[in-house]
Amino acid sequence: MNVVLVFLSAAIVNNLVLSYFLGICPFLGVSRRLDTAVNMGLATTFVMTLAAVITWLINNYILIPFDLPFLQNVTFIITIASLVQLVEMFIRKSSPPLYRSLGIYLPLITTNCAILGLTLFEALREYSLIESLFFGLGGGVGFTLALVLMAGMREELEFADVPKALQGAPMTLLIAGMLALAFMGFAGLLSV
Amino acid sequence: MDATFIISVAAMGGLGIIFAFFLVLADKKLRVEEDPVVEKILDVLPMTNCGACGRGGCHVFAEMLVTKQVTVNACVPGGQEVSDKLAELLGVEKVDAQRPIAVVLCRGGNVEAQKSAIYRGEKSCIAADLLGGDKSCVYGCLGYGDCVQACKFDAMAMNDNGLPVVFYDKCVGCAACVEACPRDLIEMHPPEHKLFVYCKSLDKGAVAKKACKVACIACKLCEKDCEVTGGITIEDNLAIVNYELCPQDDVPTKRCPTKCILYGEDEKMTRDSFYSSRLKKAV
Repeated sequence: MNVVLVFLSAAIVNNLVLSYFLGICPFLGVSRRLDTAVNMGLATTFVMTLAAVITWLINNYILIPFDLPFLQNVTFIITIASLVQLVEMFIRKSSPPLYRSLGIYLPLITTNCAILGLTLFEALREYSLIESLFFGLGGGVGFTLALVLMAGMREELEFADVPKALQGAPMTLLIAGMLALAFMGFAGLLSV
Repeated sequence: MDATFIISVAAMGGLGIIFAFFLVLADKKLRVEEDPVVEKILDVLPMTNCGACGRGGCHVFAEMLVTKQVTVNACVPGGQEVSDKLAELLGVEKVDAQRPIAVVLCRGGNVEAQKSAIYRGEKSCIAADLLGGDKSCVYGCLGYGDCVQACKFDAMAMNDNGLPVVFYDKCVGCAACVEACPRDLIEMHPPEHKLFVYCKSLDKGAVAKKACKVACIACKLCEKDCEVTGGITIEDNLAIVNYELCPQDDVPTKRCPTKCILYGEDEKMTRDSFYSSRLKKAV
């Protein structure tokens, strides 16, 4: 039950993008088209899930026993970076078309603050290994959801009659704000 | 020295070494052997991923070139220059490159064609075509420039008469505009073709003439004037040039009442001057 709560909380109620405002850069940068948004979301979900598990192992078997929690930031960053490298190499070998379509997004994920934020939250809230796994998965699903919703709206926006002063970035930011407001409606659903 | 300091250095160093070890191992295991020739080919190719070669993009084309599944002259936008460079790179014989050029087969601009409606929708030919367009002629150019948008080489522009113009020195023959035109008015032709019927209207003479001053009215004069029988035929109220038979000269064009069949006209064309000068003659 707790696992389901952690998953739902990360995916919807405490959505990393829309309620913690993490990962805004890819959220605005890669949400122009639906298909790229889906690809970016899936790649991020994959890395998030792996990162959540591996950083949990590092945190609980190295950092906490040696009383080094102040090294969390640095350790998590290098973990995520090496993980992305590994994933990139693996995809390049196993599926060149996927590599070519994801090519630009993978290095972007290295510096995605949503992933670092996720791993730090996980350490802060002292989740168990299974909870961490679902927290990572939920965070990724939430990120994908935000990206896909945003991309869908921006594609519709192409045909809308936007006032000249608001065209481009201003309108995008307004929409992002409204989407975040809408997600606040989930706040009463559960509190984890 | 402080114990925490030593432990943290050891922990970070240890983690770094472990990660490095895994990455080195992965690099050895998962290294993708890419043919160095592919990189060199990619330097030569235009890298616009236009798809004129019929492949998924420049990268796929380069890979197929290495395995000899395509020939060096298959890159249409590259033309002779790229073909020769590729032949040199791969050590094969040079071959002649084929470079067809886009021809817009409608001359019914804002001045020549009658309007039948006012269109206020999306400024794109595909959208306008769904509603039938705003001109009386349902075969002619819609004039919203989808072809110009599709051209990645700046080889097309809309002139002040609302018609697209192809710049022949810039056209690389990728046929992106052919795909973009919802009314199939653009065709690819080799440079030897110079005689064109600039109309696609299948309406009967009187209807076509009423809708557009430069429409083909199927009067059959060009069919009779062509020196070779069957060189030009009239099918469905429209003159069609048979390029395998018809000699490329201006004989069939001389008696055309609407001046919709023309010889060597595209070369004379410039963006601004062409239509205004031709209009004076026609009116």
